[in-house]
Amino acid sequence: MKLDALWVAFYTIVLREVRRFTRIWPQTLLPPAVTMTLYFIIFGNLIGSRIGEMGGFNYMQFIVPGLIMMAVITNSYANVVSSFFSMKFQRSIEELLVSPVPNWVILAGYVTGGMARGLGIGVIVTALSLAFTQLSIHSFPMVVVTVFLTSALFALGGFINAMLATKFDDISIVPTFVLTPLTYLGGVFYSIDMLPGFWQGVSMANPILYMVNGFRFGILGVSDVNPFVSLGMILFFIVVLAFVALRMLERGKGIRH
Amino acid sequence: MTNALEIEGLTKTYGDGFQALKGIDLHVREGDFFALLGPNGAGKSTTLGIVCSLVNKTAGKVRVFGHDIDTNLADAKLNLGVVPQEFNFNQFEKVFDIVTTQAGYYGIPLSRASVSAEKYLKKLGLWDKRNTPARMLSGGMKRRLMIARALVHEPKLLILDEPTAGVDIELRRSMWTFLEEMNREGTTIILTTHYLEEAEALCRNIAIIDHGKILKHTSKRELLQQLSVETFVLDTEKELSGVPELEDVTCRINDESALEVDVEKGQALNTVFAQLDQLGIKVVSMRTKANRLEELFIRMVEENAVEARKNVEGAA
Repeated sequence: MKLDALWVAFYTIVLREVRRFTRIWPQTLLPPAVTMTLYFIIFGNLIGSRIGEMGGFNYMQFIVPGLIMMAVITNSYANVVSSFFSMKFQRSIEELLVSPVPNWVILAGYVTGGMARGLGIGVIVTALSLAFTQLSIHSFPMVVVTVFLTSALFALGGFINAMLATKFDDISIVPTFVLTPLTYLGGVFYSIDMLPGFWQGVSMANPILYMVNGFRFGILGVSDVNPFVSLGMILFFIVVLAFVALRMLERGKGIRH
Repeated sequence: MTNALEIEGLTKTYGDGFQALKGIDLHVREGDFFALLGPNGAGKSTTLGIVCSLVNKTAGKVRVFGHDIDTNLADAKLNLGVVPQEFNFNQFEKVFDIVTTQAGYYGIPLSRASVSAEKYLKKLGLWDKRNTPARMLSGGMKRRLMIARALVHEPKLLILDEPTAGVDIELRRSMWTFLEEMNREGTTIILTTHYLEEAEALCRNIAIIDHGKILKHTSKRELLQQLSVETFVLDTEKELSGVPELEDVTCRINDESALEVDVEKGQALNTVFAQLDQLGIKVVSMRTKANRLEELFIRMVEENAVEARKNVEGAA
């Protein structure tokens, strides 16, 4: 396919994804907005006022970057895993398989679709947070790069999960038993400085900690880890997951007999 | 003339060890209307699945208009439109979106895709339903939607797997007319069907596949010439009191005013009519008893089954 045809194919996949999650907005856009508002009210306003400062900021300001990142991560992942698995389930994936779209364009299209939802939710949550606290940005490039790369990484994770899934249960196992615990233990609600030495060491093995802190550094200028180490790790995992996803597509894992 | 499809030594063994295709060879000429026939599980859908990249082949070569699917898959796919047996579109999307999205996968921008979608949705009587979610369509409309979707990028080869399954007679006839028109305009068509009447009415060339092997690959005319006896049903003006005695012809009474006559290959029907005329029996209409292709098909598949059983017994 020529370059302009590849662009049309890519754009078509992204448009289809955006159309899908905006068509079912009560299931995709509304719940994270409601959940995050509750977090802001309960943890930020009610409990946060008794906690005091953390890292030199009031508790609400401290948790906002983590909550934004949590929303971006879960929605980037959820969009791709549910959309791609539904296509497998309904067999409409065959529309793509019979067409001349190369695998890397299929992957790029789905990942971009997942990012569109993740980042869209990120914008909604950020706007909601402004009703509860004031945000100033320490490093705009760091904010943008971290949130874009993290969104891409988890969209890739969602894609691999969807390729491996054979039933609907399989697409909720990773978000429920892996993503949620790692996000909660990834320093969204606390600084790891508060933990005993051993648990600080354990927390350093949690990849989400680096993403949350990289993003927090971009907004507040404080972080538990070196923000450039965070970016390096995200990039490394993107390369690995993209390679795995492309190999799966090539072999037709779960989509070709 | 170029071949629209060439298959050489195609084999497929599934993960559980089942050998669905045992080295088949097949070619379909450009402009042909071709039928791939076979009983359930014979290997029809596997063959077409490999051509359309929905199934990974184990060995062999497949070329679509000369483009090898191993080395030039994108060009092979550009020439191909596929109508699968099962509905495989997103049931929640609108008809127009389904067709234009498919065009987008072929690199056709929305402006051009919209024109092409309108053309085929109108031809297939779905234009009024363009803003309807696919799940709201009837079974026949869903089948036509899949045809419109397969044609939106104007492929040179259209593959249809059981296109009229579960479709009422009126709609089936209108789909036949549409496919004949597409074929006249130059699209090569390959179809699989269980309705052998459909293959006999539409196709010029036929392959019969069973147990992963091609049993016959020839023209419809040549295939039908293999019939040694053909049975005609003659409707008579008056009720028959008994079986008329006819020279060199076997006949029996079908019902009181219909006579079944077995006519051997090369035997003139005139002699039958002359004898009936002498007996004062007036024939008012005539039809073939069974679908001729169906008779041949059943015979070939049965012979193949007998041979397979012998081989198994021999091996034991």
